[in-house]
Amino acid sequence: MTILFLGVGNLHRADDSVGPALAEKLAADKTFMQKGVEVQPHSGEGVSLMHVWAGAERVVIVDAMKSGATVGSIHRFDAINEPLHHDVFRYSSHLFGLAEATEMARALGSLPKAMIIYGIEGYEFTFGEAMSPTVAKALKKVEKAVRKEFDDL
Amino acid sequence: MATAAKTPTKAKAAAKAAPSKPSKAKKPETGTRTIQVDELSRVEGEGALFVRVKDGVIKDCKFKIVEPPRFFEAFLKGRSYLEVPDITARICGICPMAYLMGAQQAMEDALGITITQPIRDLRRIMYCGEWIESHVLHAAMLHAPDFLGLDDALQLAATNKAVVEKALRLKKLGNDLLEVVGGGRAIHPINTRVGGFYKVPTKKALRGMMDELKWGIEASIDLAKLFGTFTFPDFEYDYHCVALHHPDEYAIVEGDVISNRGIHIPVREFHEVFQESHVAHSTALRGSSRGDNEPYLAGPNARYNLNYKQLSKLAKQTAKEIGLGEIVNNPFKSILVRMVETVYACEEALRLIKAYEEPDVAYVEGRPRASEGFGMTEAPRGVCYHSYKLDSEGRVLKAVISSPTAQNQPQIERDLHGVVERSLDLDDEALKQRCELTIRNYDPCISCSAHFLTLTMVRE
Repeated sequence: MTILFLGVGNLHRADDSVGPALAEKLAADKTFMQKGVEVQPHSGEGVSLMHVWAGAERVVIVDAMKSGATVGSIHRFDAINEPLHHDVFRYSSHLFGLAEATEMARALGSLPKAMIIYGIEGYEFTFGEAMSPTVAKALKKVEKAVRKEFDDL
Repeated sequence: MATAAKTPTKAKAAAKAAPSKPSKAKKPETGTRTIQVDELSRVEGEGALFVRVKDGVIKDCKFKIVEPPRFFEAFLKGRSYLEVPDITARICGICPMAYLMGAQQAMEDALGITITQPIRDLRRIMYCGEWIESHVLHAAMLHAPDFLGLDDALQLAATNKAVVEKALRLKKLGNDLLEVVGGGRAIHPINTRVGGFYKVPTKKALRGMMDELKWGIEASIDLAKLFGTFTFPDFEYDYHCVALHHPDEYAIVEGDVISNRGIHIPVREFHEVFQESHVAHSTALRGSSRGDNEPYLAGPNARYNLNYKQLSKLAKQTAKEIGLGEIVNNPFKSILVRMVETVYACEEALRLIKAYEEPDVAYVEGRPRASEGFGMTEAPRGVCYHSYKLDSEGRVLKAVISSPTAQNQPQIERDLHGVVERSLDLDDEALKQRCELTIRNYDPCISCSAHFLTLTMVRE
């Protein structure tokens, strides 16, 4: 059974790059990769997400958030046990992103056995690769937490 | 978060349904009635609607495109002809083929490149993939909830799991076709170029899609039959239908421009017969016919009405079984036409894959020259026009791109006017929902057209 890390977002959209940036870092870490975790960056397109995590045993996801919370604040969601609000993880105007995919998968009974989502409240979502300093700091904390999620491996 | 250029929140504006049996019907009153939708849900991009009715007469009806302009035509200037299709593909994440292939075709026209039959077949397979994924996403996930009295696809998943599972698998099938031919990713394929492909797919890879396509034919017929049981609002319009026509096949990737009012012209004459104009309430240009300055209809119903005879036997049979004649003038039934076209696209892709042999030549090269080229394909939402002027080194001097939604915008307003006129007995909420459904008939791609819905209705 697959154990998956998904870094959701866009590397070229400032704070939206937290997910794929962490995916890149973990993929380059040979020691981490020896745990057998499948590490993937992901655009956040909902239908594709559902196909990617279908049948996985465990999934950890990192994505940027825009919920109105303090910039750099970190939220850990246990997606199996709590519904995700659609306004939190925005994707596109067709409105089918991480939150919708999670709820759709819940309705269809196709969620993985375990799914943890870390959200980092972003500030800047315009073009560019540089993260806001506060968000970059938060990502370091999330990296530690994500690594801890896989401590048993 | 993801790659979209904007992050709208439209949930509160989500239409509940366009109830076929409105329960709270009211008689039209005197005075002013205003229906306003500031953020249209379940459409691509930012649009709004404003309707003002005075003493039971519509005084104003505007379908507004409020998406910021994206300036593609401006920043293409100076770019090499080779770069253009990959840039224009970014205009849309739902139907990139329309922008990718239209630009390729126009560049090939400009450079005098004639592509080979296998390259043409591969492009048609990719475009079938785009029709499947786009039509199914729209029909099943965005449009069907309206007819079922549901808020959205999430409620549909909760109440009709099998439909959503089928739709998601069909969408994946469309995406997979794009990935297999287009090179590793469905949204903005990287394996295509002016003149053909960087590398042609293997026969084995394409044949790997055959079983799923066979399933896709049956699944799309099932969805078509289910949608055929919906109750459709009673509204018809005498449309000026405009679509591509090809003598040998149901036109998708190429053809002449034809209409049910006698127009039959090559693509290069498109803007001699049709025009685009700007109005203050929209960032999208608006299409009309130059002859009478009147709106026209592009998209599934226009294609179906003009090219019905070229559909496959099974697609025609499906259409008949779900109650469609050879002409469909009820815009709400576009959901059915989309499913008939999905049946056809699955069959057509299967047919082409069965016959596919790997060609020796992946692309045909051309020499840049000072020239002008034209391209047009049938995007899922209708004809998508491209023209480019190039200098002697193949750099873009001028680019003109007409998206299907921009072309359809005046016709959408015309439909809204007609639908509102016949629905004034509905209360404001039901009328608002009916208006949103009318717009969703078009599956408008607002982002692509901006150069789009918030509904305001004033009843005076």
